[in-house]
Amino acid sequence: MPSLSPQSLPSAEVTPDQLEQGSSPWHDAWSRLRKNRLAVAGGVLLLVLTLLCVCGPWFSQTYQDQNLDLGAVGPGRDHWLGTDTLGRDLLARILYGGRISIMVGLVATVVALTIGVTYGAVAGFLGGKTDTVMMRIVDIMYALPFTIFVILLMVFMKEPSENLDAWLRNTLHLEGLQGFGNMLLLFAAIGAVEWLTMARIVRGQVLSIKRMEFIEAARSLGYGRRRIIFRHIIPNILGPIIVYSTLTVPSVMLLEAFLSFLGLGVQPPMSSWGALIKDGAEKMEEFWWLLVFPGSVFSLTLFSLNFLGDGLRDALDVRASKD
Amino acid sequence: MLRFIARRLLETIPVLLIIITATFFMIRFVPGGPFTAEKAVTPEILRNLEAHYGLNQPLYRQYLDYLGSLLHGDLGPSFKYPNRTVNEIIGDKLPVSLELGFISLSVALALGLTLGVLAAIRRNTWIDYVCSSAAMIGICVPTFVLGPLLVLTFAIHFGWFNASGWYTPIDRVLPCLTLGCVYAAYIARLTRGGMLEVLNQDYIRTARAKGASETRVIFRHALRGGLLPVVSFLGPAIAGILTGSFVIETIFQIPGLGREFVNSAFNRDYTLVLGTVILYATLIIGLNLVVDVVQVWLNPKLKFE
Repeated sequence: MPSLSPQSLPSAEVTPDQLEQGSSPWHDAWSRLRKNRLAVAGGVLLLVLTLLCVCGPWFSQTYQDQNLDLGAVGPGRDHWLGTDTLGRDLLARILYGGRISIMVGLVATVVALTIGVTYGAVAGFLGGKTDTVMMRIVDIMYALPFTIFVILLMVFMKEPSENLDAWLRNTLHLEGLQGFGNMLLLFAAIGAVEWLTMARIVRGQVLSIKRMEFIEAARSLGYGRRRIIFRHIIPNILGPIIVYSTLTVPSVMLLEAFLSFLGLGVQPPMSSWGALIKDGAEKMEEFWWLLVFPGSVFSLTLFSLNFLGDGLRDALDVRASKD
Repeated sequence: MLRFIARRLLETIPVLLIIITATFFMIRFVPGGPFTAEKAVTPEILRNLEAHYGLNQPLYRQYLDYLGSLLHGDLGPSFKYPNRTVNEIIGDKLPVSLELGFISLSVALALGLTLGVLAAIRRNTWIDYVCSSAAMIGICVPTFVLGPLLVLTFAIHFGWFNASGWYTPIDRVLPCLTLGCVYAAYIARLTRGGMLEVLNQDYIRTARAKGASETRVIFRHALRGGLLPVVSFLGPAIAGILTGSFVIETIFQIPGLGREFVNSAFNRDYTLVLGTVILYATLIIGLNLVVDVVQVWLNPKLKFE
């Protein structure tokens, strides 16, 4: 287990200047990660893609600029990746769509992370009957056809989320928040599904750590449960949490794209990679680039995230534990 | 073993009941009904329609009625297809989805196990690297990218297959390959990992020391232990293949239950949505149970957990 404390003490023969170089577990992990070329490549690619998606649109046309006379043209000098049937620049749309996809990926992961870590930590720390019941619930939820519920939720909550949008627009005059209700729904629906694995992993880690002496010390100092869980236990299981968050992001993005592909996720005029792929798949017979480019960018992102996640797992030496 | 199965069977009853109840009330409490869609109907007709389908009854009454008819295996009439019952629609569409799912799962197992075993026994050679990279590609290219790309290449460009439809055996190739490839990738990874772990163990060395041939060591001794992670993945894989069929059936325009489910959700065809959810839930939970039993059978240690 990669517990960060107590730190390993240098052995007796070490000279003082070697002592200075003593490295923390995080430092060790970092140097291990740097040696993993695939993980580094994944990380760099992600960084570049994110930067492009965040900053790119400042320099290009907006994703809504149409040139109907132009229509769909293939990749060329004016439009590097071509244009769609409404004459909108595909590169700009991919970058804008990336903003949405990456944002959904991050925010929904944070939602899943918060629920999963709290749930798992509480179950593991309290132990006993509470733990048994809480983990049984997770087991049962694992067996449920959750994608189906997400689909139902997206379909049936569409009107309430549109009402929220209208209310924001008309009552609060927040024009910029177009599609906010839809996004909120998407975060909630995806976050509600993806926390299960995190809860299991955190619980396993907490179980193994809560018998350690520093927890006992905290308890003997009279600290409350809440303080022990959030100040003492969770910081010590950050490694596994980081690793599984990195691996949750691609599965969240995949779910978002899956929903958008079925026409249930991000709604026009906003766009995400999933929505672009859907659009491209419908028109690929005549305009192949509409499918190939968004599809490649999306797959590349998933590649990078998975390689980075695997690399982090090896670097932080986290093993998946089911119980 | 029988007690284990009985206990798991008993556990499924409350789970199914929760699913039915949650779905039932979720779709009833949301604004917009099945008759609010396209053309406006006069209030009288709406009342008649609601009376005909029992929608004018109090909600708890509708719920109890539904549970009652469910016990007889009756899923009620469809709201959107007049004169058709949900049972008929499911009876029509389910075989198509099951066929798609079954072939895809076979493809996934055949491809995944082969690649995984090959990669494990030729560890750190080019065979391993090719198999492992293929698996990574399979995991990272989602079905809704892979499917259209396969169509683009093999149906539109080369013209070997039809781009869509579900008529001749050859129409099965592209959809089943698309759906199977993703899970083949996961299975290959798990098989490789499981095999590598087992191949280092003492009983494998013992088998080799006794002079068992390499083929025998791999297929008789290593595979059984190495398959454990794959078996525990089968539950999620089956659920994934069933829900994955929503996308595949949309891409290839296959008249299966997955596409019907998504449409029925859009159309607010209450009874059809409910019926399909119940069916999928039962299928997934039932198959998970089978997987659990197989797992305990393969690894008796699990029985005591």
